[in-house]
Amino acid sequence: MPAIPLSHYLVLAALLFTIGVFGIFLNRKNVIVILMSIELLLLAINVNFVAFSAYLGDLAGQAFAMFVLTVAAAEAAIGLAIVVVYFRNRGSIEVEDINLMKG
Amino acid sequence: MLGSGFDLSPALPEAFLFVAGLALLAVAAWRERQANGFTLPLVALSFLVAALLLLGRDPTPTLAFDGHFVADGFANFVKVLILLAAAGSLLLAPAWLSDEGVERFEFPLLALFSTLGMAMMVSANSLLALYMALELHSLPLYVLAAFKRDEIRATEAGLKYFVLGALASGLLLYGCSLVYGFTGTLRFDVLASTFAGKGGAVLPLGAIVGLVFVVAGLAFKLAAVPFHMWTPDVYEGAPTPVTAFLTAAPKLAAFALLLRLLFQPFATYVDEWQQVVILVAVASMLLGAFAAIGQSNIKRLMAYSSIGHVGYALVGVAAGTGEGVHAVLVYLGIYLVMSIGTFGCILMMRRQGRYVEAIQDLAGLSRSRPLMALALALFMFSLAGIPPLAGFFGKLYVFLAAIRADLVWLAVVGVLTSVIGAFYYLRIVKIMYFDEPAESFDPLPRPGLGLVVAATAVLVAGFPLLPGPLVESAQAAARSLLGS
Repeated sequence: MPAIPLSHYLVLAALLFTIGVFGIFLNRKNVIVILMSIELLLLAINVNFVAFSAYLGDLAGQAFAMFVLTVAAAEAAIGLAIVVVYFRNRGSIEVEDINLMKG
Repeated sequence: MLGSGFDLSPALPEAFLFVAGLALLAVAAWRERQANGFTLPLVALSFLVAALLLLGRDPTPTLAFDGHFVADGFANFVKVLILLAAAGSLLLAPAWLSDEGVERFEFPLLALFSTLGMAMMVSANSLLALYMALELHSLPLYVLAAFKRDEIRATEAGLKYFVLGALASGLLLYGCSLVYGFTGTLRFDVLASTFAGKGGAVLPLGAIVGLVFVVAGLAFKLAAVPFHMWTPDVYEGAPTPVTAFLTAAPKLAAFALLLRLLFQPFATYVDEWQQVVILVAVASMLLGAFAAIGQSNIKRLMAYSSIGHVGYALVGVAAGTGEGVHAVLVYLGIYLVMSIGTFGCILMMRRQGRYVEAIQDLAGLSRSRPLMALALALFMFSLAGIPPLAGFFGKLYVFLAAIRADLVWLAVVGVLTSVIGAFYYLRIVKIMYFDEPAESFDPLPRPGLGLVVAATAVLVAGFPLLPGPLVESAQAAARSLLGS
């Protein structure tokens, strides 16, 4: 069975990562999309880690991926909590409305 | 059978902080009403105990957690500074917390866990430890920035900080995955020996890209240009004690991590990273000098000022020598004291029961509150780098290191931007001493704030008389980092 070469995984991860970054910067709709983009970034990185780990025959990369998953869960919880308190104060989660302070 | 990798004694101070945090959390969960009052002093106390545990430890590097954690002279020195800075900035908070009606035990505990993350960052000896420690330090800070949850500016600051911080972690992590993939190891010491074994052979392109990503992620945490966009908004919107906390200890932790990464595993490749650091340093110094001029909010001004100061400290990193590392450590040690003192003064700006933050509110302060005006003037002169105050010596060490590393032009840029930056620091002094007095501030309800400000003012003014302790221990720490 022909194995999928490492480069395919790396290109996939790079594409997902780029989509994630663009999702954060070009998004004009709402903050939930930004949270989803952040998750996408972390998952793209996990693809990288697991692919490298399999390629190198070294388990450390897969262990790293497990840690990233747990941290991503904690980060999503905190992010959603902050979005909720923000929504209570502002009544909107549109990105264009996050402009009280210039910058 | 437990191998030597399970010996936790090198991480004793961290273990102590962790247990103290959990114990306080458990107590506070059952005795919430009383805990809101006593948690903060106890957390500050546990910082001091952890700092005492670090004093006099053996500076030879010892590994723990299967080599992912290293305790050496460099880590000990930086951790003591971080713990003192965290305790100092935490002690500024009680009056503000009770005035604003958010005196809750979560505040000091989040600060404790964040500080624990910073201590782990300094001791990180692998890419995995680097990432986990960085997240442990960042996640509580996002919550702290939005701590005053019914105020719209604080929640907006928290949201911005969270989004950009998470993006920075993503960049850093992507870099980690590339470095891991192209070198085959997570450990810093293994990386260092692999690189040294190759005898300066060209670094694989993937690893260079990875290194650039990691440095970019750390530059985000440091708030260095071009990754500084979040800084002014977060500094302005976050509660003032949180801003004080953010300016001091996290900067030092991120710098320590950057120094360890660049001077241990990637020491062989100075030429590869030096240009990046020089670029970031110059851009930060320029932005810090020019963008602060038009500010009217003092917290926002301090944000731009901190960007500038990160730039000066990066000049020492760019030198790429042991002398540069020494200069960075001295610079940051002095900067911590100055910034805690300045934020202490900002926390005294309270009029008719409300906290104010416009620079014009300081008008004529010298007549209504001469001691506070004197302290703030000292900090401003020191931040501007005017001799004989401490801030001048910090800059002197950094610029000397740059000149000795044949980066004379970089030192010249540094001196020129300091001169431009002096304008807005001196403007504050002018407003305090020569403008028509505004209504005077409320008297201080508790002495704690005044004591911290007085202590930092004495340190800033007294540094030239007794520079020894900081300068010499920084020297030893730099030597320990470079292993010579």
